[in-house]
Amino acid sequence: MATVELHKVCKRFGSVEVLHDIDLALDRGEFIVFVGPSGCGKSTLLRLIAGLEDITSGELRIDGQPMNDVLPAKRGIAMVFQSYALYPHMSVYENMSFGLEQAKLSKAEIDRRVRAAATMLQIEELLDRKPKQLSGGQRQRVAIGRAITRDPRVFLFDEPLSNLDAALRVDTRLEIAALSKRLPDTTMIYVTHDQVEAMTLADRIVVLNAGHVEQVGTPMELYERPASLFVAGFIGSPRMNFLTGQLAAAEGAATYGIRPEHIALSETAGDWPGQVTLTEKLGSDTFVHVAADGIGAINVRVEGRCDIAPGTRVFLTPDAAAAHRFDAAGRPIVRAAP
Amino acid sequence: MRFATLRTLGFYALVLVIVVQAVFPFYYAILTSLEDGQALFEVNYFPATLNLANYRAMLTEGVFGRQILNSVFVASVVVVISLALAVSAAFALSRIRFRGRGLLLLTILSVSMFPQIAVLSGLFEVIRAMGLFNSLWSLVFSYMIFTLPFTVWVLTTFMRNLPVEIEEAAIMDGASPVTIIRRVFLPLMWPAMVTTGLLAFIHAWNEFLFALTFLSTDSQRTVPVAIALISGRSEFEIPWGNIMAASVIVTLPLVALVLIFQRKIVSGLTAGAVKG
Ligand SMILES: Nc1ncnc2c1ncn2[C@@H]1O[C@H](COP(=O)(O)OP(=O)(O)OP(=O)(O)O)[C@@H](O)[C@H]1O
Ligand SMILES: [Mg+2]
Repeated sequence: MATVELHKVCKRFGSVEVLHDIDLALDRGEFIVFVGPSGCGKSTLLRLIAGLEDITSGELRIDGQPMNDVLPAKRGIAMVFQSYALYPHMSVYENMSFGLEQAKLSKAEIDRRVRAAATMLQIEELLDRKPKQLSGGQRQRVAIGRAITRDPRVFLFDEPLSNLDAALRVDTRLEIAALSKRLPDTTMIYVTHDQVEAMTLADRIVVLNAGHVEQVGTPMELYERPASLFVAGFIGSPRMNFLTGQLAAAEGAATYGIRPEHIALSETAGDWPGQVTLTEKLGSDTFVHVAADGIGAINVRVEGRCDIAPGTRVFLTPDAAAAHRFDAAGRPIVRAAP
Repeated sequence: MRFATLRTLGFYALVLVIVVQAVFPFYYAILTSLEDGQALFEVNYFPATLNLANYRAMLTEGVFGRQILNSVFVASVVVVISLALAVSAAFALSRIRFRGRGLLLLTILSVSMFPQIAVLSGLFEVIRAMGLFNSLWSLVFSYMIFTLPFTVWVLTTFMRNLPVEIEEAAIMDGASPVTIIRRVFLPLMWPAMVTTGLLAFIHAWNEFLFALTFLSTDSQRTVPVAIALISGRSEFEIPWGNIMAASVIVTLPLVALVLIFQRKIVSGLTAGAVKG
């Protein structure tokens, strides 16, 4: 059953339309991630759902009720902002209780909820501190705690991890995953442009491009069956290799796509001869950049360590079953069943 | 080594010059106020006598006490009304998108560019028409012409620098605009409000031209005019002792206010450093 539904939602700023006819239905308890390049409208879409921006046309429903004209606080939504947006002059406790006070809950109930959220996020010792006395990770937790106390139906996150350092980002990502397991009835909508966050957290990913929904699906669906050239290029790291020209034409496509991990590299024999130009060693993997003769630059992922020197002649063999073919409009060409 | 000593010496010499230049006039006023008739005209730089007669005379004879109260009333009311109006205006000007916002801001600022004398006669008519002549409200009204532009402008700039997300978080929390101003913005804006409020207070406290023009009786006057109009027994005598005593008396509240709010002012001057 859907909690959040959008029908033909458009958003215009002045004369610029930044979201075009968005249709989405999100199930209760789902973890949904919006991804897309910078400026594609992810934050705007989130803010429309939150009620911080007006919907220009179209309809938004939450639990079946039209929400277009409902005040943000009455939508059963909580939001975690990128910059945390804690109230600097209030203690952690007051930050978390402010919204409940506005909702005119009893003192006892407020206290119960704040302490429950604090326990869940392990920030009980911080309740008396001011935000400026907290580390970035602790602030992030308080921001999440403030959202939890409101007991929302829908949880919105706008790039909540982008201000954290890499190690903390991984920890917090795991905590958010755990949180969504603990709140099985709460729908989570999470905006990011980090691939890894999207792939690991999402039940379903919504890929946005220039104000359109490009594709909606589980992370594996997007990875294995991208519905467009754009999605194919956007999902997966490092990027899928796109080859055009003769090679693609021979396959009956305008663009031939093959992921770096679906190419075998050999120093003795293979389909595409070429020369190594650069290797990037990550420890667990090595990315080998190859200039393939008559084809172009191809990135190959080799598991583990690979001490191949630039300039070496190598041979590449694509895994034909994992290749993607796209027509001139960027749509996938479905392989006829054999 | 020698060079370093010289540099330190030079530095302190410079500091001394600045301090003397800033403090000496006030020091001399205090000195003068403590002397009586004869000693006044002997130039000296240290108190020869400690005579509080001038103070006693100012505070007990005539209506000077009443005049101080007038000043306190006018300046306080101006500050309170200016800040209340300026906070609401700043909220609108910094946070609500509407047509002509930039133009409005510029207009507000340009009001303060007119010299007082340019608006004096027109304002006089307005005040007569409103029946405020010789009433302290005429000053409250006219001072706001000058305090509002800069309070609005400063608070608008300050509010603009507060992160929008904090306000949005409050909206998500269900706070009404009034609650947002009261519970979220006001506490964050204290430093800016204290600073602008103090400037408005000082301006209203020291204003001379309007106070001279719009008030006609002694008991209604505010202190700057009152001091200027202190006269001696004859045309040729200027009672410097009394004038200086009065000046010192009316400066003390300002010094006290600045000392009380010192820390807030400092943080107000570094405003914008408000960060979640
Ligand atoms: N208040 C506004 N007025 C006018 N245009 C806006 C406004 N807010 C956003 N836009 C425009 O809408 C488009 C989408 O912006 P949005 O912030 O949703 O992008 P985003 O996908 O969140 O990007 P990022 O990943 O950089 O955060 C952008 O082109 C932006 O310039
Ligand atoms: Mg964004």
